[in-house]
Amino acid sequence: MRTFGTPEFLFILAAARWTLALSAMAFVGGAIGGLLVALARTSESAVARGVATVFVQVFQGTPLLLQLFLVFFGAPVLGWDINPWIAAGVALILNTSAFLGEIWRGCIQAIPRGQWEAADALGLHYVARMRDVVLPQAFRIALAPTVGYMVQVVKGTSLAAIIGFTEVTRAGQIINNATFQPLIVFGSVAAIYFVLCWPLSLLAGRMERRQAAALAR
Amino acid sequence: MSLNYSFQFDAVLEAWPLLAKGTWITVQLSLTATVLGLAVAILGAWAKTSGPAPLRWLVNAYIELVRNTPFLVQLFFFFFALPAFGLRWSAYAAALVAMVVNLGAYATEIIRAGIESIPRGQIEAGLALNLKRHQVFRYVILKPALKAIYPALTSQFILLMLSSAVVSAISADDLTSVAANLQSQTFRSFEIYIVVAGIYLALALAFSLLFRFIYGAALDYPDRR
Repeated sequence: MRTFGTPEFLFILAAARWTLALSAMAFVGGAIGGLLVALARTSESAVARGVATVFVQVFQGTPLLLQLFLVFFGAPVLGWDINPWIAAGVALILNTSAFLGEIWRGCIQAIPRGQWEAADALGLHYVARMRDVVLPQAFRIALAPTVGYMVQVVKGTSLAAIIGFTEVTRAGQIINNATFQPLIVFGSVAAIYFVLCWPLSLLAGRMERRQAAALAR
Repeated sequence: MSLNYSFQFDAVLEAWPLLAKGTWITVQLSLTATVLGLAVAILGAWAKTSGPAPLRWLVNAYIELVRNTPFLVQLFFFFFALPAFGLRWSAYAAALVAMVVNLGAYATEIIRAGIESIPRGQIEAGLALNLKRHQVFRYVILKPALKAIYPALTSQFILLMLSSAVVSAISADDLTSVAANLQSQTFRSFEIYIVVAGIYLALALAFSLLFRFIYGAALDYPDRR
């Protein structure tokens, strides 16, 4: 039987690149989707608001794991071949879109009504009003909670292990099955996630405090 | 796009007694973990706001560890690693403990924020009325603090219920475990997961109604906020 040594640790560590790749994919895709959700939720069109509301309710009201299963087992139903990597990516993008969309909706709505009215009074149409007046201000408030949410995205990628995608958690399971040393194996897995997530948490916390201090002035 | 797939929900619907049992276990796990996790969080928040320095340091380490590692890894740790110390326990027990530990960390931070929002003068007023220190904590600090952070706290409870689907990874007999068993027997994966996702959605709605009811019964008193 193998014992846990440097090669085993390096195997788990090497799988971190897939955790990072999946996180990056989820975050970039989720940011684009989230912006669309936030804009739809704050739009004047009742249809756009309705569609976005249902989307958010469904993705915030069901487990991420089930969303992953539905994409993984649902794609073949539509006749698409799918591997665990794409399935996990799509499910994480949809889930992140819903959560970031809701965070950003709050930030957009926090911009005082007078700003919108002033933009309107200046004759700015929708695109210019959002691009030049509302979104740049919302962006500043959104930064801290967005960085904080990135921690959730990184942790969420661990569920891809359940459909067999070899990222850090799955790599840990493989090594554990070969060595039967769960304490050190899952301790190492947890340590890798901690090293990825903790700096983001600290950064988010610092940004939040600086913002609170700026608002208090 | 042509759909060459015929949906068959019969096998899923026939299995309703199994699904009902799984749903009940998910509800039971979530509610138990909520109550126990809340107790952990109240102790943690007390330790963080008025405990001695070493205890504060310990609670901080607990919170940071839990919040910066995935729930799935925590679950594997409790289920696979603790038996290495000679502690043998069921998947259900490991799942419950992992959920309590996870919720405890998040809820500690939420309740701490609530406690810190209580004005100093209110606490001093409680002391001036000759309330004991634990009475001040119970009535003057904790209750208004819970009221202030109620929405954040209850959405954390609902998130916990949803993330309990992950405990199916160690086959803890919950709703998602039942679904996984059914799909390996019937091969109707998509239909099963659609139905089960619908059940979770209904549970999330039911939980939020329950929390609204509790708010009305226990916390809906007039204040300055």
